[in-house]
Amino acid sequence: MHILTAQEHQAQGQTGALLLANDVDPRTLDLSGVQRIDLQFPSFTDGRAYSQAFLLRRRLRFAGELRATGDVLIDQLLPMQRSGFDVAVLAEGVDASAARRQLERYAGFYQGSAAQAAPPFAHSA
Amino acid sequence: MYQYTEFDKAFVRARAAEHRDQLERWQAGQLSDEQFRPLRLQNGWYVQRYAPMLRVAVPYGEINAEQLQVLARIARDYDQPEPPLLAQAQATQDQLPGPAPLLRTQYGHFTTRQNVQFNWIPLARSADVMDLLASVNMHGIQTSGNCIRNTTTDELAGIAVDEVVDPRPYAELIRQWSTLHPEFAHLPRKFKIAITGAREDRAAIAWHDVGLQLLTNATGEVGFKVLVGGGMGRTPVNGSVIRVFLPWQEIMNYLEAVVRVYNRWGRRDNKYKARIKILVKAEGQRYIDEVETEYREILERDGGLHTIPQAELARVKVGFEPPPLNLPEAGSAQEAQWLAQAQAQVGIEAAKTPAFARWLAQNVKPHRVAGLRAVSLSFKRPGYAPGDATAEQLEAAATLVARYSAGQARVSHTQNLLLPWVRLDELHALWLEAKALGLAQPNIGLLTDMIACPGGDYCALANARSIPIASAITERYQDLDELHDLGHIDLHISGCINSCGHHHSGHIGILGVDKDGKEWYQVTLGGSDGKRLGGDATPGKVVGPSFSAIEVPDVIEALLETYQALRQPSSDGRQEAFIETLRRVGHEPFKAAANAARHPSTDAQTA
Repeated sequence: MHILTAQEHQAQGQTGALLLANDVDPRTLDLSGVQRIDLQFPSFTDGRAYSQAFLLRRRLRFAGELRATGDVLIDQLLPMQRSGFDVAVLAEGVDASAARRQLERYAGFYQGSAAQAAPPFAHSA
Repeated sequence: MYQYTEFDKAFVRARAAEHRDQLERWQAGQLSDEQFRPLRLQNGWYVQRYAPMLRVAVPYGEINAEQLQVLARIARDYDQPEPPLLAQAQATQDQLPGPAPLLRTQYGHFTTRQNVQFNWIPLARSADVMDLLASVNMHGIQTSGNCIRNTTTDELAGIAVDEVVDPRPYAELIRQWSTLHPEFAHLPRKFKIAITGAREDRAAIAWHDVGLQLLTNATGEVGFKVLVGGGMGRTPVNGSVIRVFLPWQEIMNYLEAVVRVYNRWGRRDNKYKARIKILVKAEGQRYIDEVETEYREILERDGGLHTIPQAELARVKVGFEPPPLNLPEAGSAQEAQWLAQAQAQVGIEAAKTPAFARWLAQNVKPHRVAGLRAVSLSFKRPGYAPGDATAEQLEAAATLVARYSAGQARVSHTQNLLLPWVRLDELHALWLEAKALGLAQPNIGLLTDMIACPGGDYCALANARSIPIASAITERYQDLDELHDLGHIDLHISGCINSCGHHHSGHIGILGVDKDGKEWYQVTLGGSDGKRLGGDATPGKVVGPSFSAIEVPDVIEALLETYQALRQPSSDGRQEAFIETLRRVGHEPFKAAANAARHPSTDAQTA
């Protein structure tokens, strides 16, 4: 998971990026040639973009960058990563110093996810 | 019980460490109150009327003696605020009109969703409490917040005589699947799943966001009937059947479809319309079609990742084998002899001691194993709020559970503690000990075995207090002969429309409402949670304008007198229950009696 500040995100510009509102069904889009999709969290408690990310990564096999934007806090980085995001832009004013350890806390999870497709029981079966 | 693996244990410890990290960042000002709130909620930490509240998850109600001991320790050592806070809270309580009993500290509370709550633990000590809980594989994961909550089930799961399939292994699989699901941590609103595997629905599945009934098809395969869109609150709705038979292997894939479609379309503009019931009601078949399409895509395009292998079910099932109880082999001549002797002994004690006989009849349930019984310890008694257990009582209950029930117990939906593995020849000894602890009131299923939320005494959401109403009714109905004569009645009390006290499903429901800053109570009749006696799940109907607190016990008495006057023997020769009389004669005579019980002075106030 690559973490960007709001300034870094702005500096990179929007070239080649598709901005997707969180009520759009990604299955309705033509993604040919799209390198990067910016998904949005209007508030960190609005979880619709997690489902969009999962669908893009897993269902549609989108191989480009999925960027989390908006109200992105460090305690949501882990579910974002697991849902298929690979870049997150921290909300303005968020202290990034404690971010990395949130991503390394758990040795594993119960479910499969976009990041790691199969749940643990599928490995042992 | 499910046996935690090293993975499971490490997971719970990591979650406790995560909470500590979040707490420390909040204390250091790196997380704002608004940012910390949803995080602490998903670990069970609320901030209530006077103090924080912790809700500890008891997955599908199963708990062991060691865990009960830790809960007792938390009650004793942590459930206590700083003295100035308590003094301030009590002073505020004392300003309330009507009787305000002393606020209690150092106790736990059994909830209708089979969890355990504490009311006074300072937030600064929360991380230590989470570590302590983790030491016995407990936590508060997803006991609050807009996520998938604790899955609840039948208190008699795995031991009921009318059970088709033991729901616990499936409940455990759902617990694992829903725990920290990355996609579903921020849903439009909370999401509750209930599961039963018995013929009688003791898990109120039609009242849940998802209700699951395990059954077998014509070829003996196990599957689920799936209901979606039930819920209480402002808009009581019973779930609709969305699948008649879903093969058990597919439950996670199917739930993924149900929740994903909800995550996409559930309303986020109005929290009172955000539950899945509103979506299912509004969209009907369109919602169902979209779930079915999504489910197909999960299987066909995502590869059905969460189809459960037989080996995984077998692994989980191992934990749910009956504990060793050293009984004679089932079906053997020895067993027959042992049973005859134990039954005779119980019969002799019952003949000698009517109180024991009454307890046997009311608090002891039959068991799948001939030599065993399921015993309810009643946490419904005068002087305590329904479901409250002091530190000492929790400790003592843990000892009883260890001694008489193979170290296992269940927190019941009706806010009691059930001992599922009690030997027939130890019933009398257990009764003596339970009685000495004040936990042997023979009132299970009767009027005073009421469900009640903590209400306005503790809860920040409540419009009115529940506990004084519950205690007034409890005190009025202490005559055991009278209580027994009134028979089975589901009395459910909620302090506000959020309906934590399940008033909608009560044969008699009481709902606290606020009018001009005063506490009033609506009374409803004829609700059902889905148990056979009350018929299909349905919300009760209001009898009339709300009543004052002081009128409520008189209204209850008027309703019960009406029942006693109108009841008949039912077709099978037993006495008709309250709900049966109500269904047969209709609401009118009951409504008339309830409204006639209004006090003249308060009539004048409301006029």
